[in-house]
Amino acid sequence: MGDFFTVSVLVATLASGIRLATPFLLAGLGETIGQRSGVLNLGVEGVMLLGAFTAYYVTLETDSPTLGILAAVIAGLMMGLVYAFITLVMQAEQGISGIGIYLFGLGFTDLLFQKNVGTPIPISGLGDIDIPLLSEIPKIGEVFFQHSLPVYIAFALVPVVWFMINKTTFGLNIRAVGETPEAADTLGVSVNGTRLITILIANTMACLAGAALALEVGIFQQNLTAGQGFIAIALVYFGAWRSYGVMLGALLFGVVQATVLQWKTLGIVEGATASLAAMAPALLTIVVLVIVSRRVAAPSALTRPFDRSG
Amino acid sequence: MTMPKTSADVGSIRSSALVRPFVALAVPLAAVAVAFTIGAIMLLALGANPIDGYAALLDGAFGGWNELADTAIKSAPLLLVGVGICIAFRAGVINIGGEGQIIVGAIFSTVVALALPDLPRIFLVPLVLIGGAIGGGIWGAIPGALKAYAGVNEILSTIMMNIIAAQFLSFLLQDLLTDKASGAIKIQQTERLSENADLPLLPGDTRLHLGVIIAVFVAMLGYVLLFRSALGVRLRAVGHNANASRYAGMPVKRSIVQALAFSGACAGIAGAVLVFGSESHRLIAEGGASGFTQSAGFNGIVAALFGSLHPLATIPASFFFGGMLTGGIALQQELQVPAALIVALNGIVVLFVVSSLKLRSRLTAWAESPGTGFTQVETDREPTVPRAEDSLLASTARTRGSPAPSAPNEGDD
Repeated sequence: MGDFFTVSVLVATLASGIRLATPFLLAGLGETIGQRSGVLNLGVEGVMLLGAFTAYYVTLETDSPTLGILAAVIAGLMMGLVYAFITLVMQAEQGISGIGIYLFGLGFTDLLFQKNVGTPIPISGLGDIDIPLLSEIPKIGEVFFQHSLPVYIAFALVPVVWFMINKTTFGLNIRAVGETPEAADTLGVSVNGTRLITILIANTMACLAGAALALEVGIFQQNLTAGQGFIAIALVYFGAWRSYGVMLGALLFGVVQATVLQWKTLGIVEGATASLAAMAPALLTIVVLVIVSRRVAAPSALTRPFDRSG
Repeated sequence: MTMPKTSADVGSIRSSALVRPFVALAVPLAAVAVAFTIGAIMLLALGANPIDGYAALLDGAFGGWNELADTAIKSAPLLLVGVGICIAFRAGVINIGGEGQIIVGAIFSTVVALALPDLPRIFLVPLVLIGGAIGGGIWGAIPGALKAYAGVNEILSTIMMNIIAAQFLSFLLQDLLTDKASGAIKIQQTERLSENADLPLLPGDTRLHLGVIIAVFVAMLGYVLLFRSALGVRLRAVGHNANASRYAGMPVKRSIVQALAFSGACAGIAGAVLVFGSESHRLIAEGGASGFTQSAGFNGIVAALFGSLHPLATIPASFFFGGMLTGGIALQQELQVPAALIVALNGIVVLFVVSSLKLRSRLTAWAESPGTGFTQVETDREPTVPRAEDSLLASTARTRGSPAPSAPNEGDD
């Protein structure tokens, strides 16, 4: 245990915690926007897998992570259109259709991977970008300012999402259709139009989260995300539907994950005990849910389809 | 995919004798047909002839006694989980925790077999099954209690319980329950469990075992519980309208816990069947916990939805999806199409079936009252999936009897 509490190890753990928090944060922010408009996407996990595979495969073929990310964005928009059709046009139950999206993403990426790649071939991910000056601050620079592009983007999006939801007309519309769609409709706000856009944003960000994960670890394998998409949804509740809250949750989960990994590497815990430690994020989520469930209310129209005639 | 007559279908007395069953059957079948067409396109894209592909799938699933037996074996866990899903969903609770409940059921039943290995088979087999039911039941009751008494959304808590169970299984198989004879190479498995706990093979020359009978029996029990018992009436009433049930004096909170406990117990039995009906007769996690459950916790939801959330209709539905799983293996062997295709196809089937539900109720309503058209949707009484809103809305307001939650999100981020 003494090995863990040295400055260099702690710094490395925190830095890796921030990296590991990134997929949670990207997916969680997207899901926050979607849920504020009244749309639950339980299929984030499947969409993340699709984004991860797309980014991995395109990078593998073209040697360009940038193209990989672009391809993941396109995949996200396509999944968004599919989900918009299911929830807005067909008005399907969102919890169950999310399971459908999850199973589809899980099976489809595994299928494509086995058929087109077979064995996990490593790809060169995005290099770290050292922020000038800031990255040279001892310790702090290493923790915060020596990361790859998606990490910076994810954290930069936190205030952007906050501003969009709370300070723009579009954000007002999002909140209106998420709370009282009928009233919003009366005032001429297009409920399904607004939701279409939030669904596209949410799915694109979930795909970006998957892409960030795949480029970070540099490989793809069956079920690469291993439950991270589901945790990202829980983080939205954890963060009480606010972008800074989601960031806090993502960081907490990232650091817990990094700590467990670090302990394993240092031999502080064995494989078996590491499994026990890996229960921590899920347990923590339940505890937090117990605490927040009574205190904050979800958007009133969450999962309620809007139907003008009915 | 028929809707068996139930007391919930009072509304159908009014309906046209022909139109309603036709719509009830035709729309979901059309949805499945479209899903399979997409599957055919995927097969084409993978360079396989779709007709050959589906032929291999059908042959591998239903082509002979051995294939039928394997399909029945694969469908037993789906059916058990599916019956649990019927109970939970009918009570208005969304149980995504089948995976975890299967795992904990398996752990409990394994512990029973390890503790009492010398008990004669006639006692030990029922005991391991009961052990599984208790384990799964506890794992279901926890999110049930969290929902009823702390307002925790059960979709999220059951997912978290899945993760906890999977990691706990991994811990046990590396530590307390690990196979001590395995030596240096650590496989995540237990020792060969007591032969007295093996599920007996059924007569005939196949691998068919008692687990299949148990699954069908549990489905019948599930039917009796839901539609022929006072408890079932209460559970369905709570699922239909929790507020009205509360005003009628029903214990809504206790009903939620009960529904998830029964639901989990069914999945827990599936866990026991997976261990003691397996060829290895061990609790074994090949490549993670999903290697043990074979995703039955999720596929069971698919089967239950396909069976209109009716325990008896879930029997053929599970058999169908069990056939997809066994057929998928044949597909992989004969046409080198990864069996993962079946997982993806299951997902597409869910999406189409769920999407078709609203269409179905609209068509039924339209057929019943052509004059008023689509506005009659809300009169439709067919039981469908509980809307997640019931569980997602902060239950603070509802459990405390105050009106709808006030908007808390006034730009106070």
